[in-house]
Amino acid sequence: MFESPIREPLILGHKTYRQITTDLASPILGPASWKWYLTTAFTAAVMLAGFGAIAYTLWVGIGTWGLNKTVGWAFDITNFVFWIGIGHAGTLISAILLLFRQRWRMAINRAAEAMTIFAVICAGLFPIIHMGRPWLAFWFLPLPNTHGSLWVNFNSPLLWDVFAISTYFTISLLFWYTGLIPDLAMVRDRAKPGSFAYYAYSILSFGWTGSAKQWQRFEAVSLVLAGLSTPLVLSVHSIVSFDFATSILPGWHTTIFPPYFVAGAIFSGFGMVLTLMIITREVLDLKDYITLEHIDAMAKVTLATGMMVGFAYATEFFIAWYSGSYWERYIFLNRAFGPYWWSYWAMVSCNLLIPQVFWFKKLRRSPWFVFVISIFVNIGMWFERFVIIVTSLHRDFLSSSWRMYTPTWVEVTIFVGTIGLFLTLYLLFARFLPVIAAAETKSILKTSGDQYAGLSWEAYQTKKRQGAAAPAFQPAMDPDTPQS
Amino acid sequence: MAKYLIGLYDDEDKLLSAVEAFQKEGIPIHEVCTPFPVHGLDHALHLKKSRLPDAAFVYGAMGTLTALSMQIYMYTIDWPINIGGKSHLPFPSFIPITFELTILFAGVLMFLSYLFVNRLYPGRRARVYDVRQTDDAMVMAIADEKVWDQARDLFRKTGAFEAKIVEL
Repeated sequence: MFESPIREPLILGHKTYRQITTDLASPILGPASWKWYLTTAFTAAVMLAGFGAIAYTLWVGIGTWGLNKTVGWAFDITNFVFWIGIGHAGTLISAILLLFRQRWRMAINRAAEAMTIFAVICAGLFPIIHMGRPWLAFWFLPLPNTHGSLWVNFNSPLLWDVFAISTYFTISLLFWYTGLIPDLAMVRDRAKPGSFAYYAYSILSFGWTGSAKQWQRFEAVSLVLAGLSTPLVLSVHSIVSFDFATSILPGWHTTIFPPYFVAGAIFSGFGMVLTLMIITREVLDLKDYITLEHIDAMAKVTLATGMMVGFAYATEFFIAWYSGSYWERYIFLNRAFGPYWWSYWAMVSCNLLIPQVFWFKKLRRSPWFVFVISIFVNIGMWFERFVIIVTSLHRDFLSSSWRMYTPTWVEVTIFVGTIGLFLTLYLLFARFLPVIAAAETKSILKTSGDQYAGLSWEAYQTKKRQGAAAPAFQPAMDPDTPQS
Repeated sequence: MAKYLIGLYDDEDKLLSAVEAFQKEGIPIHEVCTPFPVHGLDHALHLKKSRLPDAAFVYGAMGTLTALSMQIYMYTIDWPINIGGKSHLPFPSFIPITFELTILFAGVLMFLSYLFVNRLYPGRRARVYDVRQTDDAMVMAIADEKVWDQARDLFRKTGAFEAKIVEL
């Protein structure tokens, strides 16, 4: 097989199959460091604080929040959309990049899918708490009841959301677990027979052996699940955007919302993936698997999707002016120059302006610099949802009912608590499950490992340093023919 | 307790040529286990194409029908509500849920079928010939004791780094 000399290797350090196994299984079976315990204790404490604030809300009521009659949706729905968006990068990486046969996804898909699941858990909390009586959440399901039966309203995008989010969660979980089974079997066979870990991973790996027939079915199922997840991920955030777009409120009632929300979701998801993966590769010493090439590729996606949302911001303004609707124009001017101007400009600078630094290759390849930018992306995308929700609501059609919205400590604690929940789940995942898809990484070793693809790459680099022209068609070491 | 002669390979290309060699000699291969999906192995072993994707289509169609009939029954037949004179059969409003349930049925039922046809379930004892089969070795197992001598020879010729008899 021909490997282009300009394609960089994805696995560094001249790895063998055995080393990949060891690198991924030994942190799971070895003892955890005190740093892990300390960090997990801290995030778990933050999570419990959030649960405390939720309990307080349920005990006293939604009146503990800063909502008022004009601004009925604020922090909670902002957080809901924020977390759902975070999840989208995982599905994009695992499903869409699989269909496009992008090999660089293999190093990050497992962790990104895990983030999807944890983010959807965090997101799902908010609408349920906002109901005020979460024990009646089952009223959202089309169940026969004693009111007639009076059924749920199938015209309501809020109901579509219930179906979309629960389907998204279920399919993401199954997709993730399908990929995990072979790797859990790998951990099982490394554990000491008879030990607790051996039994635990035996149960979790479902008796996987890796026979040719199992792998054949595995690949068929992965491909179909990827094919199902791709339209699913686009539909989920489109439906979330319908929550706003199908209303008649200026600022929400726009047809650009579905593509705008999907691009924003992928943007924010990649922001979070970068934030966590840069820390993970450092802490678990996975720099040979999550290489600068990976960070570079993710930064490029971030730049592209950041400009898409920037384009959507501009389009919204243009349409507001072009529509000739007085209310529409006012709401957008108020967004940028009204009392919440700071949140609008925080959004524009974090999402559109700051990611422009990713035009420079040197900056895309400095992990800690990318890390700082990814934090800005997370902040910016949170503000985007805040801007859309609060600034559209706070000044409605009657100026007598104009109100300002300020969150209370309860709302802030719940939000910070979900960050704690997300990080706690991620830390548990990084401790007990292989953070990189080991089997899939092994399957690309012979095409993307630096000792195979790298021969031509290194030769190319040396030649380039010497000032010679790039070797036009230097055949790489052919991994498809058996070596003598 | 069944006995198998297994040969271990450290390279997928050696394995693929070995599979071919075994088939040319007419030695029946009981099973081949690899730590990762090896391209072309299913063709080499003449495995039938998996029908799971076809099943997924049927499951998806079931989801579509379930979703449509549920919504039409509840919203149009059982209790039609007059909401500002809107249609009792608002087909566009039914599309999102129909789409989601199509995906849900296809995904969940295909996953369950996948576990079922592979006989994978929590608590199942894994029949592992050699622990290296989930690490760095590809294992070929020969069940028929009559051909073991011939197979042992062929393992050596095709570059297996180890051949041994295991019981499981």
